[in-house]
Amino acid sequence: MAKLLGRSTYIFDRPPVIRSFAAAGGGKEGEGPLGERFDLLSPDNLYGADSWEQAEMKMQRLALKTALNKGGLRKGDLNILFAGDLLNQCTGSSYGLRPFMAPYLGVYGACSTMAETLLLASVFVDGGLAKAAGASTSSHFCSAERQYRYPLEYGSLRPPTAQWTATAAGAVILTAEGDCPRIEVRHACAGIIEDPGVKDANNMGAAMAPAAACLLRRYFRESATAPQDYSRIFTGDLGTVGSALLYQLLARDRLDISGMHDDCGLLLFDRARQDVHAGGSGAGCSAAVLCCHILPEMLAGRYEDVLFIATGALLSPTMVQQGESIPGIAHLVHFHLARSGKEGA
Amino acid sequence: MEKHMPKPDEYARMVKAASGRSKGWKNIPLAFLVGGAVCAAGEGLRQLYLSAGLSPDWAGAMVSVSLIAASALLTGLGVYDDIAKAGGAGALVPITGFANAVVSPALEFRPEGMVLGTGSRLFAIAGPVIAYGLAASWIYGFIFWLLNR
Repeated sequence: MAKLLGRSTYIFDRPPVIRSFAAAGGGKEGEGPLGERFDLLSPDNLYGADSWEQAEMKMQRLALKTALNKGGLRKGDLNILFAGDLLNQCTGSSYGLRPFMAPYLGVYGACSTMAETLLLASVFVDGGLAKAAGASTSSHFCSAERQYRYPLEYGSLRPPTAQWTATAAGAVILTAEGDCPRIEVRHACAGIIEDPGVKDANNMGAAMAPAAACLLRRYFRESATAPQDYSRIFTGDLGTVGSALLYQLLARDRLDISGMHDDCGLLLFDRARQDVHAGGSGAGCSAAVLCCHILPEMLAGRYEDVLFIATGALLSPTMVQQGESIPGIAHLVHFHLARSGKEGA
Repeated sequence: MEKHMPKPDEYARMVKAASGRSKGWKNIPLAFLVGGAVCAAGEGLRQLYLSAGLSPDWAGAMVSVSLIAASALLTGLGVYDDIAKAGGAGALVPITGFANAVVSPALEFRPEGMVLGTGSRLFAIAGPVIAYGLAASWIYGFIFWLLNR
């Protein structure tokens, strides 16, 4: 069973193993720096479906199916499936993952969903409640635009702080056992909602940075580790504005992660070439970067210990219109590359 | 928030400093050029209609109709949002922007059906302009009536 450290850091007794993972994306993601690493791409963003929601459902379904295939598992092997996305009623997950007939717990964590589902799946595997658990997340630029903003063909303008919702899905399968070298989930930390008073829905990086900063600071304290203990620290989708604010906030506690920090929103797209303003965002952004970049790089032996902190702006368009500020959240997962089975947890 | 977090007003200053500003030196002249081009096209059409023998009233109405039709077509072809991206308010303020605001939701919400999708969402963006435009015209009309009694 996992043990509790401090307020909400969990150290896993029997660290869950990443059995397999897969990422699916759209046209713009395919043209980005990680384009060649996607398992599936649909250049027209529609995935052969009739609407953007159906495209997102299909994209997430294909990502999970591919992850299961890569892990040599069948859909009946999943003991539990945690999934979420940005749409109302978590459409991409709850409609899209119907065919798997898996015990399903839907979660909403906005763009922090990938870390949230991983955290929950890890707890289930470590606690012996699941031999195989799935964590799956998606977002789609077009379905998110029509729900949160404007019709696609409307000539609305984005300020420089706006971020581009990724058309992407990522799925990870965790199991209790696995061959070395393998990636294990060693720690996880559930974040607290931080609301720094940002009301601008076009500046989500600023709304999320305090949640990431508070989580990191608390995690280092509760796990008795320091930034230097990790080869890489990835935040979800803070973009340029949020990343700059994160450094400033951490500097108040004399924490400096700038040497080992990357932001998934800045890795998925090439800002100079792809007109994404402050960077990529969306639940699928960190999920796809996790499955296209972070986990493959770990398996290639380039990173030993990695912190994955998916950040979310829990905004509701209704509450933005009512003048409420945006609640920010972040959740953390610590991955460790175990090269041989002898390593102690 | 924990004690090391800035107060909201201090954080607001940090956010402002960290957030990039729009490129006014580029956007404003582009808006002027695109908006000016729409108006010049309108004037060109008006001269064309006048030379074809239409009365000034009819020529003016036909200019509006033509610009709306052109904007609707460009929206349907997926071009208008690109023009607006470059031209900003220059593309949104003229009547072409209004047509774009009606046609784009008509396209967007088609999957939900002609009644509950396209029909009910048609004025999602332009509706407030129509409602308050009508309200303003009533007030204007009332004042006009008062002054000319």
